Amino acid sequence: MILRALLWVLAALVLGGIVHLSTVLAMPQAAKQDAYARLAPVAPVNTMATLAAPTAQASVMPFMDPAFAVAVCRYDISGAPLKFSAPVSQAYTSVTFYTRTSVAYYAINDRAAGRRTIELSLMTAEQHAEMPEEEDVTSADRLIIESPTKTGLIVLRALAPEPGLMAMVRGTLAAAQCRGEPQPKP
Amino acid sequence: MRLFFGSCFTLLLAAVIGLGATWLTLTRGVAFGALTVGAWTAWPRSGSVDIDPYARATIARTGELPVGTGDGVAFYARTDDAGNPFDGRCSFAISGLSPAARFWTLTLYDPEGRLVANTIDRHGFTSAEIVRDADGRFTIHVAPRARPGNWLPTGGIEQFVLVWRLYDTPIGVATRTTKEGPMPAIVEKRCS
Repeated sequence: MILRALLWVLAALVLGGIVHLSTVLAMPQAAKQDAYARLAPVAPVNTMATLAAPTAQASVMPFMDPAFAVAVCRYDISGAPLKFSAPVSQAYTSVTFYTRTSVAYYAINDRAAGRRTIELSLMTAEQHAEMPEEEDVTSADRLIIESPTKTGLIVLRALAPEPGLMAMVRGTLAAAQCRGEPQPKP
Repeated sequence: MRLFFGSCFTLLLAAVIGLGATWLTLTRGVAFGALTVGAWTAWPRSGSVDIDPYARATIARTGELPVGTGDGVAFYARTDDAGNPFDGRCSFAISGLSPAARFWTLTLYDPEGRLVANTIDRHGFTSAEIVRDADGRFTIHVAPRARPGNWLPTGGIEQFVLVWRLYDTPIGVATRTTKEGPMPAIVEKRCS
């Protein structure tokens, strides 16, 4: 009798473990309020959008760094690759690429980019493979990033070392661009 | 009949165990590959494709975007060095030398990651605006009432979280010893 009850409990433990693991793994797909969903109303697709600075009353996402001005490009490269360019601000600028489920798959800062503007091409692995050889050579100075997903987020962050510099830094961000390339001809 | 009740009991218990464990791990913020220095903990792998499933589930639930590995690393503190939880009605002193990074910022949030309202509209400091001693050391006073020097107001809230973000830093996934990343000490001063 007791042995049988123990068997039922053991079965419950095993099943519970499976439930636990599958819910954790399903969470990124099931979450309704992840970063991408929070940004959807304020950031149009394949367009740069400067985010409102976080305040005590409202913040687009939790744990945003208030010392940074942030601009977002919510991309969709299912049709064609994307060209991204951003001027470097005086203090510190970084660009981070996130998948649809908020995994940061690439990040670069102004020093690593090594010039006044950060210029990147974003494409899927298939689009990169389809690119003609010559074009690869002519655009060799342009960094090519492969996105693991067709949609995602490019987040441009620029530091205002002092609060008084925030207006200037936000002005620099306004010059950033992200737009779809015309479909390359075969 | 016994079989029916047994399986009902098992399924119910399984659901409670499974969902309970998920809820616990996601609200407590369980993640692997933690880098702890003093009271500060960072999860450098959360900013890369090597992020573990628990950290992925947590950020999907909270809606935050982790700092990318090529950008920097974020250290979180919820207690002082002695393990006293941060209480906005107490004062804490954070002192030390700047860690190896081009810039750093220190920000105070409530446990949900919102900034805390205060009279001087200050939510944190950057490495550029901090007042330092002659030898380059700094002290930041995290306190509910105004203090001379670097005062970071708590707004008197019950619990708060400090986030220390290092930008363009060698500290990250490969960091093993605390020698590489000397982080500022946090000491509780007074509790009223």
